[in-house]
Amino acid sequence: MAEAYRFALVGNPNVGKSSLFNALTGLHQHTGNWPGKTVATASGSCSLDGSAVELVDLPGTYSLSAHSPEEEVAAEYISFGSADAVIVVCDATALERNLYLALQVMEITDRVVVCVNLMDEAEKRGITVDIPRLSQLLGVRVVGTSARQKKTLPPLLRAALAAARENRRESVPVRYNETIEAGLFSIAARLDELLPERTPNHRWVAMQLLLGGDSAVRTIEEKLGRPLAEDPFLREAIRLGCERIDRSEENAETAAATVLLRHAAEIASQVVYAERRNGFSRDRKADRILTGKKFGVPIMLLLLLILFYLTVQGANYPSAVLSSVLFGFSDILSRWLLAAGLPLWLHDALILGVYRVTAWVVSVMLPPMAIFFPLFTLLEDVGYLPRIAFNLDKPFERCRACGKQALTMAMGFGCNAAGVVGCRIIDSPRERLLAILTNSFVPCNGRFPILIFLLGAFFSPGEPVVSALLLTGVVCLGIAATFGATRLLSATVLRGEPSSYILELPPYRRPQLGKILVRSLLDRTVFVLGRAAAVAAPAGLILWLLGNISVGNVALLRYLSDTIDPVGRLLGMDGVILLAFVLGFPANETVIPIAMMIYMAEGALNRTLSASAMNGILLANGWTEKTAACVIVFTLIHWPCSTTLLSVKKETGSWTWTALAAALPTLCGALLCMLINLVFH
Amino acid sequence: MQSIIPLGKMTPGTQGIIAGIHSECLLSRRLLDLGFAEGAGIQCLFHSMFGDPTAYEICGTVIALRAGDGASVLVRLPDGADS
Repeated sequence: MAEAYRFALVGNPNVGKSSLFNALTGLHQHTGNWPGKTVATASGSCSLDGSAVELVDLPGTYSLSAHSPEEEVAAEYISFGSADAVIVVCDATALERNLYLALQVMEITDRVVVCVNLMDEAEKRGITVDIPRLSQLLGVRVVGTSARQKKTLPPLLRAALAAARENRRESVPVRYNETIEAGLFSIAARLDELLPERTPNHRWVAMQLLLGGDSAVRTIEEKLGRPLAEDPFLREAIRLGCERIDRSEENAETAAATVLLRHAAEIASQVVYAERRNGFSRDRKADRILTGKKFGVPIMLLLLLILFYLTVQGANYPSAVLSSVLFGFSDILSRWLLAAGLPLWLHDALILGVYRVTAWVVSVMLPPMAIFFPLFTLLEDVGYLPRIAFNLDKPFERCRACGKQALTMAMGFGCNAAGVVGCRIIDSPRERLLAILTNSFVPCNGRFPILIFLLGAFFSPGEPVVSALLLTGVVCLGIAATFGATRLLSATVLRGEPSSYILELPPYRRPQLGKILVRSLLDRTVFVLGRAAAVAAPAGLILWLLGNISVGNVALLRYLSDTIDPVGRLLGMDGVILLAFVLGFPANETVIPIAMMIYMAEGALNRTLSASAMNGILLANGWTEKTAACVIVFTLIHWPCSTTLLSVKKETGSWTWTALAAALPTLCGALLCMLINLVFH
Repeated sequence: MQSIIPLGKMTPGTQGIIAGIHSECLLSRRLLDLGFAEGAGIQCLFHSMFGDPTAYEICGTVIALRAGDGASVLVRLPDGADS
């Protein structure tokens, strides 16, 4: 029978840990890994030399000091999890800082392999790492890797297998000052008598007991399943150790961390050789341009525009193809169902209602997302996104929010549901809520087509450049509204000071195109599409019922739109488009088609009409520039789609916040529309 | 004469040695984990386009901090350096 091993991957954020994990496990993964920090761990499997290997990808963390959820998860898994070996992934271009984490891990367990990753990036910057010397100094196996070069990966797994198999002596990576060492010695000595198991290292357990206070004692007891505090000798040893530390009047935790840092620096100085004095000068040059006063903002807007342009233009053709394929299939499906003897009304409800709306949502949503998300991930992978957060931090700080909200906002342009889930990267709960509640103020892929169509048809017919500039203006309005709403919330229900903010600006890297495509499609596109299809199906049924049940001589759909017509008029629109917004709740892409369906008094969604035909229908139904302007504003600012609200509920766990996430943009949008209606009456 | 200033007062291009760090707040622990320890070398790189936050090079990495957060870190500038 084949042996089975479990290895944990741990490392700083931005060291290519996830790339490594993906390269090792391929698609054999249990959970999709969301960008930034999911605190849930991903695991995957691979095999080597006849052994089955399970890899657990722990969240990226700078330390194991358990001051953030990511650190806690990582520290707990390494100390008390069931890993046979731990692989510490280090960035070869920043070895010193990475070795600090490696030393912390080595204090917990002997079964460690240090993986010096991104060797190719280091080489490009003239940095070489003496791997054998590093291994000698650390006393553990060290392997150099580049996720791009597959042949560097098997040696890493072999080293981990060897580390897992061998029976090692306890090593002492670092010695602390006398005060701490004296306490550690007596506590660890007693632990040696009390605990049969060797992992976690008794010296490390002693350190937690000595510095962590009562809560650390309770955690350790719980994890090891032993009532340690009941042992009088151990209690006494801890008490004496703590007293000694108190007398020394220095912060023992800081002192200990400083010792580890100095040791890491000392080792790094012996194994890292820099060919040039500054291998990062090109990164700094790029930073000066991308974050500078002159070019920073224009480049940001330009990149955003290119992103939208590629998404919208690139999606046209595949959307049309997908739509004709899916709608073509509906005829085949329809024949099957009728041949199977299904009653006509049920057939109509399923095909014209459920199937058509779902097909519509899929064909209009899938292509733009399949283009936007890989491009967005590309910006992320290259290292540009942290620079956006750096650039926009000040305005967000003014709104008492976190600079990382710039990233979730940018993600919202692709899909607000993805943006809401992405808010996990914001640590402070208050600031995370701010970002979640205001995410839908920027238009997602689903709303761009409406904006582009109306801007083109009513304000700049036949002038694509003017159209693009107007679109940029609308996008800026959305960004301004995001700031306004964030400020409003932080002055009312989410009052508080901005929390501290630490942002790493990683070196610029060559992106890994293949992996970007696969990961962004699997993790983001399929995820969002799944949620969207789940709500589109029932919505399709409702739409069909409304279109086919009649009150007197009028379809219920028409009856409803007539009923809410006064409200629509008040907002500068009409009842039809307002009802379309309500029924377009599952996916904003369906708003214009539903409006067309009502205007033309049809019972089901039909295949796409040409832009000029739609324009004619709108004009025939009394639309003016004012109507178009109000619809544009309402498209930009109204309740989020059901997928987004579902994500808000999942992320906040509260219906109250979900209701606020819907009410806030609705009120803002309605007020703005009324204002436009009043001014241009 | 050597001068000691808060991190937020460093100007882009200057280098210094971390002289001390207030150890009361949670932030100090996070900074410590990023290499902001007494004796570590640090270089101020550039401000954001709105003047804040500022990027620093420490431990071979680039870390951005808001001026308020950098106030708890003290930096010793070498002789003759402008602050």
